[in-house]
Amino acid sequence: MNATTEQPAKKGRKKFELDPALAAYKGVWVFIEHERGEVHTVSWELLGEGRKLADQLGVELAGVVMGAPGEETRRFCDEAYKYGADLCYVVEDPVLENYRNESFTKSLTDLVNTFQPEILLLGATTLGRDLAGSVATTLKTGLTADCTELAIDPENRSLAATRPTFGGSLLCTIVTLNYRPQMATVRPRVMAMPDKDDSRSGRIIEHKLNMIETDIITKVLEFIPDNRADKPQLPFADIIVAGGRGMKNPDNFKLIWDLAAVLGAEVGATRPVVQSGWVELERQVGQSGKTVRPKLYIAVGISGAIQHRVGMESSDVIIAINNDPHAPIFDFATYGIVGNAMTILPALTEAFRQHLATVRKAV
Amino acid sequence: MAEHFDAIVIGAGPSGNAAAYTMAKGGLKVLQLERGEYPGSKNVQGAILYSDALERMIPDFREDAPLERHIIEQRMWILDDNSHIASHYRSEEFNKQPYNRYTILRAQFDKWFSTKVQEAGALVINETTVTDLLMDKNRVIGVRTDRVDGEIYADVVVLADGVNSLLAKKAGFHAELQPKDVALAVKEIHFMPTETVESRFNISGDEGVVIEMAGKITKGMMGTGFLYTNKESLTVGVGCMLSDFKASKVSPYTLLDEMKQHPSIKPLLAGGEMKEYTAHLIPEGGYEAMPQIYGDGWMIVGDSGMFVNAVHREGSNLAMTTGRIAAETVLTLKEARKDLSARNLSAYRAALDETFVMKDLKKYRRMPGVFHKNPQFFTDYPDLVSQAARTMLTVDGIDKKTKEKQIRKEFSSRRSLVGLLGDAFKMWRAFE
Amino acid sequence: MHIVVCIKQVPDSAQIRVHPVTNTIMRQGVPAIVNPYDLFSLEEALRLKDKYGGRVTVLTMGPPMAEAALRKCLAYGADEAVLVTDRAFAGSDTLATSFALASAIRQIQNDMAVDLVFAGKQTIDGDTAQVGPGIAKRLDLQLLTYVSKIESLDLEKREITVHRRAEGGVQVLKTKTPALITMLEGVNEMRFATMPNMFRAARYPLKVWDKDAAGIEDVTKIGLKGSPTIVSKVFAPTAKSQKASMIETESGDPRDIAITLLTKLFTQHPKLEKEIGKRAA
Ligand SMILES: Cc1cc2nc3c(=O)[nH]c(=O)nc-3n(C[C@H](O)[C@H](O)[C@H](O)COP(=O)(O)OP(=O)(O)OC[C@H]3O[C@@H](n4cnc5c(N)ncnc54)[C@H](O)[C@@H]3O)c2cc1C
Ligand SMILES: Cc1cc2nc3c(=O)[nH]c(=O)nc-3n(C[C@H](O)[C@H](O)[C@H](O)COP(=O)(O)OP(=O)(O)OC[C@H]3O[C@@H](n4cnc5c(N)ncnc54)[C@H](O)[C@@H]3O)c2cc1C
Ligand SMILES: Nc1ncnc2c1ncn2[C@@H]1O[C@H](COP(=O)(O)O)[C@@H](O)[C@H]1O
Repeated sequence: MNATTEQPAKKGRKKFELDPALAAYKGVWVFIEHERGEVHTVSWELLGEGRKLADQLGVELAGVVMGAPGEETRRFCDEAYKYGADLCYVVEDPVLENYRNESFTKSLTDLVNTFQPEILLLGATTLGRDLAGSVATTLKTGLTADCTELAIDPENRSLAATRPTFGGSLLCTIVTLNYRPQMATVRPRVMAMPDKDDSRSGRIIEHKLNMIETDIITKVLEFIPDNRADKPQLPFADIIVAGGRGMKNPDNFKLIWDLAAVLGAEVGATRPVVQSGWVELERQVGQSGKTVRPKLYIAVGISGAIQHRVGMESSDVIIAINNDPHAPIFDFATYGIVGNAMTILPALTEAFRQHLATVRKAV
Repeated sequence: MAEHFDAIVIGAGPSGNAAAYTMAKGGLKVLQLERGEYPGSKNVQGAILYSDALERMIPDFREDAPLERHIIEQRMWILDDNSHIASHYRSEEFNKQPYNRYTILRAQFDKWFSTKVQEAGALVINETTVTDLLMDKNRVIGVRTDRVDGEIYADVVVLADGVNSLLAKKAGFHAELQPKDVALAVKEIHFMPTETVESRFNISGDEGVVIEMAGKITKGMMGTGFLYTNKESLTVGVGCMLSDFKASKVSPYTLLDEMKQHPSIKPLLAGGEMKEYTAHLIPEGGYEAMPQIYGDGWMIVGDSGMFVNAVHREGSNLAMTTGRIAAETVLTLKEARKDLSARNLSAYRAALDETFVMKDLKKYRRMPGVFHKNPQFFTDYPDLVSQAARTMLTVDGIDKKTKEKQIRKEFSSRRSLVGLLGDAFKMWRAFE
Repeated sequence: MHIVVCIKQVPDSAQIRVHPVTNTIMRQGVPAIVNPYDLFSLEEALRLKDKYGGRVTVLTMGPPMAEAALRKCLAYGADEAVLVTDRAFAGSDTLATSFALASAIRQIQNDMAVDLVFAGKQTIDGDTAQVGPGIAKRLDLQLLTYVSKIESLDLEKREITVHRRAEGGVQVLKTKTPALITMLEGVNEMRFATMPNMFRAARYPLKVWDKDAAGIEDVTKIGLKGSPTIVSKVFAPTAKSQKASMIETESGDPRDIAITLLTKLFTQHPKLEKEIGKRAA
């Protein structure tokens, strides 16, 4: 999806007939991304979404697990069933131990060509984007990146993938009609995490990768893991207190930290706050920052611009504090307070502190 | 090897573009340097384009220049706190081609003009700031830019760098600007659908309206407000003398913000989306504040030389005219293989004296002084005039003769009769 | 050494507005810039040239006005610039774009073999991050995305070692050239163009190629025809129907407001109370 955004939407679509050769492509696939023995939660989120698509189409939902031989892959499959997969395709090979574009692209394209899914979903992570672009080009099919919404067009059973465009000011829906599979990547935390159903199980289809290490040019010399301890983990926080430009200066911004400390919350921010250097980049919520879905999001001095909104509107409860009664944030927050953040925040922090003290006593 | 040109033009506003265009068209090797990302990116103007000055260089400019609307109606408003009294002049004559005045958006207009300059053969380089003039004794021999290996040489350097020319000051060509000689103008562009603009101002097609405003909106400071119709936006702004801003401690932004809240103005802007806020100086010192405009190897054109007619809000046309004439002077001298010395370049000043530029500036030479010494033009009068109108228009059972008396009383209590007469005389003298 | 850097001219998205009535993009007056992510790749390419010598060619596919973007890159220090422009490209999606660019790079190869191709991490208008990988696959180049550092380059052995940002850490990868690299943002800072380079950029006779010059014979691979994805709808995000429930008190005292909010919050969302109580404990 590139210059296409500039094309006017096609009007009066004529009745679409899928090429019979492509009609054989059936089923929804989700690529299960894992690194260092852990599956990226975006994969489970995608299984949740994929389940809905598969049910609508009346087809099966499959997870795709690729990795080095070992019990690890089986463990991932078991988990995939619990999150909604009916079956898993497994490719085990020593050359798949670490992610490398060459081996993973070959493995996934072979799998697609053999088993012919109609939809293939990947997380829009660094790995997912690297792989999706390569696979789509190799298969010569369409790929819609960074989607925020997936649906089935009832008219022709095609995947309608919606994504922001033009700096987030507009959304566009993209379809891939006469090509299979229809590919899409979705950012982490955009889709809801599905409930785990421990009673579910499924079947495994194994596939061999015909590749030996000497076929592969790129070698992984080393993996330097991030020091997670000192990095905020915003996407997975249950409670977030976020401040915007309305906090005026870094001193006032401390009020945000105070409330977060009382709530045991993570601190988030808007782009101007990050650009002014009040907090680090990892804390930026929104289109060019993190997508979050906490249980509670408290937005203070944030106008609610669309680029911020897309990163946090799936929060369960949103409390907005803003001195402008017409601020757009009030259009989608759950609760709103019109007032000066500098006086409301300390009062709110204190109220929470006292309340929590009584709750704790009661326990 | 440092580059050498026949002429270097500093700045790509109307004056610089006119100069570069004319010289390049005349076959000279011209370099134009502009500090903005592209010509017009930093330029601020109302903006009304007076076609005559441009037409003399590019007769068919109407074919592709980005013009917004041609003006068919001029309104003059005098405002007090919540009313305005107005004169409108609208004429079908203004709807006859070729049109004389247009609203433009400078960013687009300057860009267009610059493509003409490039087509004429000048080399235009943006994002490059001239930091110094290179001198050989008293003679300017080139410029230094903010880039590595940034020295460039030329036979003549044309300073078209706008109001508050740091270069001219640095070189000692003119003194520090006096706050009383410059106005600070702020303006915004409010976008709204074309249909809204047209219905609000009773216009259609490319017709446009300008409103000039004076009165309480400037809070007693010497200055005026303005509102222009563009294709799908309105330009609204206000400018006052820098010295007045300093004395009153009113922030220009607040001034504009409050002006937009005026009940006569607010409905015109309603529903628009503000896109652009800019502030810019306007040199209004006029004839008396004009610096030396040429010397050995250099000339000054446009705002940099104080070429603005503040009374009639003309600037870009003076800028283009001075730019063109400076260029023609160089062309003539080059052709005659004469040196570009101060003595020879004095032909520039002589030629200018024969144009409307110098004649108008001379005519209004006393204006700035009159306004500075008589702030009542911006304080008492708007109130009085609008009170008078209100009194006459309110039908309340009082006879008109009594009303006239009331009005006269108001006038003379605020300002003695002698004062009133004096003011009228001063104005007449200044305009004369 | 020969490096090709793919750049794209994009509208400065920070300045894009949507027409309030028609919901269409208002491009008028929106400045076009070089895609900011591409500059990190260009700077890295220029640094390699500074170190190893050789040539940097910038390449773009776009409308004629994209010339300005190429000249900008020349001013930074690129040696050659190719503009691939043809009506036939209109409507290209990433698959078609990578096809056209790969074909153009093959033509560039005819002049001088290419060791490295750089692309931006992603564009700010398309935002797909797919064109880079697409070009790599079509030209059979080793793909190195999200590179934060080029550790070493051995031109003799044609070996390159880079740091690549992965989820949860950094991969140190060693591979062979020719390779395609996309740089991570913020890893370097674009240099300030010198005056002589400004002159060179302004005077440089740009190479402008139509589809034939770019070596494209099969027109079904480019433009709308060559694009599997179809934009079926463009629309503005809708406002949520339900507005926030506003917390107001008669006194307007912040303390009262806070307590009113808490009461409402915890009665309507009892789970939340437990959640917070748990972590605060
Ligand atoms: C391509 C692109 C990507 C972007 N990506 C992101 C992104 O990822 N994340 C992001 O956040 N933004 C992003 N933006 C920027 C976004 O468009 C907005 O500019 C930004 O979100 C606004 O931040 P803000 O709400 O903090 O500031 P503002 O819009 O300035 O709002 C400040 C708010 O504070 C209120 N306020 C002021 N004083 C007080 C007070 N005393 N008490 C209470 N309230 C007060 C004001 O009423 C106002 O509503 C992006 C923009 C573009 C073009
Ligand atoms: C609010 C406002 C409203 C106005 N309304 C009108 C109107 O309606 N009609 C009218 O005719 N006039 C109007 N004017 C006046 C008019 O804008 C100016 O007279 C005119 O722009 C002067 O042109 P110029 O080329 O001399 O200077 P400018 O337009 O200021 O151009 C100077 C250029 O030089 C560049 N520059 C400066 N220093 C350097 C440097 N060191 N190196 C490289 N480049 C440099 C600048 O970036 C700029 O592009 C208005 C002015 C203002 C502020
Ligand atoms: N039309 C184009 N011309 C040249 N390079 C492009 C073009 N489109 C995309 N690219 C390159 O591919 C990168 C990723 O683009 P995208 O897939 O659109 O996010 C960009 O940063 C550019 O380096």
